[in-house]
Amino acid sequence: MMGFLWFWLVAVMIVGYVVLDGFDLGVGVLHLFLAHTEAERRATLHSIGPVWDGNEVWLLAGGGTLYFAFPLLYASAFSGFYLPLMIVLWLLVLRGVTLELRNHLDMGVWRGLLDGVFGLASALLTIFFGAALANVLRGVPLQPDGYFFLPLWTNWRTGVNPGILDWYTVIGGLVALVALTLHGALWLTIKVSGGLEQRARKIVTPLWLLLIVLTIVSLIATIAVRPATLNNYFSYPVTFIVPVGVIVSLAAIWFLNRKGQAVKAFIASCLYLFFMLAGACWGVYPTLLPATTGTQNDITLTRALSGPHTLAVGLAWWIFGMTLALAYIIFVYTRFRGKADAHAESHE
Amino acid sequence: MTAELIHRLHFAFTVTFHYLFPQLTMGLALLIVVLKTVALKTGDGEWDRAARFWGRIFGINFVFGVVTGIPMEFEFGTNWARFSQLSGGVIGQPLAMEGVFSFFLESAFLGLFLYGEKRLSKAMHWFSAVMVFLGSWISGFFIIVTDAWMQHPVAFERLANGKFEVLSFWQLLLNPWALLQYAHNMTGAVVTASFVMAATGAFYLLEGRFIECGCDYGHIFTKVGVIAGLISTVLIIFPTGDMHGKYVARHQPASIAAMEGLFKTETGAGIVLVGQPNEETGQIDNPIVVNDVLSFLIYGTTKAEVKGLDQFPRDQWPTTLPLLYYAYHIMAGLGTYFVLLMLVAAFMLWRGQLYCARWMLWLLLISFPLPYIANTAGWMTAEIGRQPWLIYGLMRTNEGFSATVSASNGLFTLLGFMGLYALLGLLFTVLVYREISNGPDPRGVVPATAHAD
Ligand code: HDD
Ligand code: HEM
Ligand code: HEM
Repeated sequence: MMGFLWFWLVAVMIVGYVVLDGFDLGVGVLHLFLAHTEAERRATLHSIGPVWDGNEVWLLAGGGTLYFAFPLLYASAFSGFYLPLMIVLWLLVLRGVTLELRNHLDMGVWRGLLDGVFGLASALLTIFFGAALANVLRGVPLQPDGYFFLPLWTNWRTGVNPGILDWYTVIGGLVALVALTLHGALWLTIKVSGGLEQRARKIVTPLWLLLIVLTIVSLIATIAVRPATLNNYFSYPVTFIVPVGVIVSLAAIWFLNRKGQAVKAFIASCLYLFFMLAGACWGVYPTLLPATTGTQNDITLTRALSGPHTLAVGLAWWIFGMTLALAYIIFVYTRFRGKADAHAESHE
Repeated sequence: MTAELIHRLHFAFTVTFHYLFPQLTMGLALLIVVLKTVALKTGDGEWDRAARFWGRIFGINFVFGVVTGIPMEFEFGTNWARFSQLSGGVIGQPLAMEGVFSFFLESAFLGLFLYGEKRLSKAMHWFSAVMVFLGSWISGFFIIVTDAWMQHPVAFERLANGKFEVLSFWQLLLNPWALLQYAHNMTGAVVTASFVMAATGAFYLLEGRFIECGCDYGHIFTKVGVIAGLISTVLIIFPTGDMHGKYVARHQPASIAAMEGLFKTETGAGIVLVGQPNEETGQIDNPIVVNDVLSFLIYGTTKAEVKGLDQFPRDQWPTTLPLLYYAYHIMAGLGTYFVLLMLVAAFMLWRGQLYCARWMLWLLLISFPLPYIANTAGWMTAEIGRQPWLIYGLMRTNEGFSATVSASNGLFTLLGFMGLYALLGLLFTVLVYREISNGPDPRGVVPATAHAD
């Protein structure tokens, strides 16, 4: 019971991270293409300025929650994915610093470099996050002691000893890149105005078409790589509601964007991300990290779970703390509601 | 180089760099609350502008703290996997609480404080400054609880499979070690911020900028910095440093012996002020010693016996012993200098002589890096003193690192961090120097960003 609960609490943190930091990553990718003048670029970046740091906290709080609820999983996955994780950390550093720097320095020619680094780091991060999720779905070569170490790539094939990147995980990376770029575009339609808003709305359709194709390809590929993904769905057929949710929310994105209902279209995109991630979690549950070396090596919920007292205590403060956190987050988002402007209070 | 050494260096390098930023964040958060409170009470726009100026510097510093802090949270898993697996149930707890209780709070209200001054009432803006302060100090608390449990494990049981489990949540949070360490460490953060503020004020006074009436920042910063500096430098030695030292002596006797350079057990042990520990001969070279003082400092009587390193088997001596000894002496030596400096400065401030005494202003200006050194040295004392244990008395450092991550992969990412952080350090220096030389006066520079288009 505790295991079930904590599995889904960690999943909630991950969904929270993807939905929130997802749009600022997407804006990071897009600002290179959509913003034509300095004022537009500033408006674009101002739409995420006050919130990106708070969005990243979901990653930290999620990591911390994983650490104490499933220490074995945290230890095994973080050391096994050592190299890509370190690269992700470097990208996060570069992204945070470049975004902040352009607020504080009027650097003329250097500004192009900062924007380029910011955009590239954002794009690479989405790809890495997608590939990471795909790695978890595909499985890793776990040894009986619960550890593994993956190189960045081997022969680009799935199998017992794959690399972080293979044909399957690259698809995962692309899905994330397109899905989050679309998510960012929808955020921009809410937050910016004028020609910029028009361009953001126009780019939604091609991204959306691409996302449909990639979503279908990734679903087929997942079933091909790990047929067991479907077991839970067949045992509890009612959960086929999740893929239905994916389809409905995808359709809603296009429809609502066309009708100019920016906020609702953005919410539809949040739901799409939610259903995709929930679907993936349900596909592996109650395994946390499947082994390519045989199911006896899987890291399962029961194997990784902390002791009952730790979890009971954790539950008490977690619920209290996250309620508080949600209260501040809602407060901040309502304060900065509406269009971001390029000028007001910008130099702070 | 062994994998163990690489992982230790990896963690030590990244955390040491990280802590350069939070110490200013935490101290400055308090001083900004002071500035905002005066502004709110007196309605004086100058103090508001002063708070806004430090808010800008805070913002830059905060971002660097955030981006260097995120790697720390992950390194427990990437570099210390076996340690995390066994102890996650205990220390994962305060680490996760740090995220949930403080980082959300801090980031939310910092956004409001920096971007929302025009959207908020004066009282609300003051309130967001207070919340940022609370967030950063709560964050410091949880990270210290984490560290304190490694220094002095309490409230746990060890299961048959080697895992640690929390027995009492409150005892974990109220670990006496954590409370002492917290008091001392947070005072250290205030020392850093006061020195930085006093140095900025002194810089303006020396340059003769921002000192006409109506924009009196040179005077304000020097005054606030010196007063806060005097209070915090006294508190850091007594009672916080003193009590922390006594507690270490009781619970990590080998570590205090190494810190003090005490090779042989003595009754009426003296304190070594200067000298180089010689591990081969087991004595201090070129010593300057004051008799009986160490016994007195630890036990309150000059006759007490203090255990020397000879009481402990060699494999329980802190590794890298001389570094530990020097780190400790650097911290304590600088602490003594700080009190003297601030006493004189505060006296001159009281007598109304400070603002024209250029030599003193110069001293204040060039002393601002020293608290960074003292804080870093303090942490090195704590962390190296804990060796060879990862969890004191329970788990050795060589049992904790990630066995699957080879020395070569570890070195690769360590070098990567070194390169990246060198760049970061450079950027940070440029940014902060620019802010300080532009100064707080809105008439001086018009914010560039408002005009570029
Ligand atoms: C401005 C910074 C600063 C200054 C001037 C001092 N300290 Fe300190 N000290 C710290 C900043 C610090 C610190 C960074 O905050 C540490 C590291 C870990 C911790 O909790 O606090 C610390 C740790 C620390 C420890 C614990 C070492 C361990 O855990 O093994 C002791 C015994 C002292 N200090 C004692 C002193 C004494 C007697 C000082 C004065 C003469 C002094 N400190 C000045
Ligand atoms: C409060 C949170 C901290 C925790 C939980 C922590 C934990 C650790 C861990 C796990 C290691 C590696 C194992 C070892 O060699 O002992 C380590 C080493 C080290 N840490 Fe910390 N640390 C903390 C804060 C700091 C800070 C703020 C600094 C310095 C500014 C610091 C300086 C070091 C150093 C120098 C080492 C290397 C020790 C050696 O090689 O002997 N630590 N710490
Ligand atoms: C192993 C040690 C450490 C870890 C894992 C760690 C983790 C982190 C993380 C993840 C952040 C970014 C938070 C955000 O996104 O808002 C951060 C920032 C911060 N950390 Fe650390 N940290 C460590 C050491 C310390 C120490 C020793 C202190 C102080 C006692 C400290 C105080 C802070 C504060 C106040 C911040 C806010 C940002 C800033 O001040 O620049 N940290 N830390």
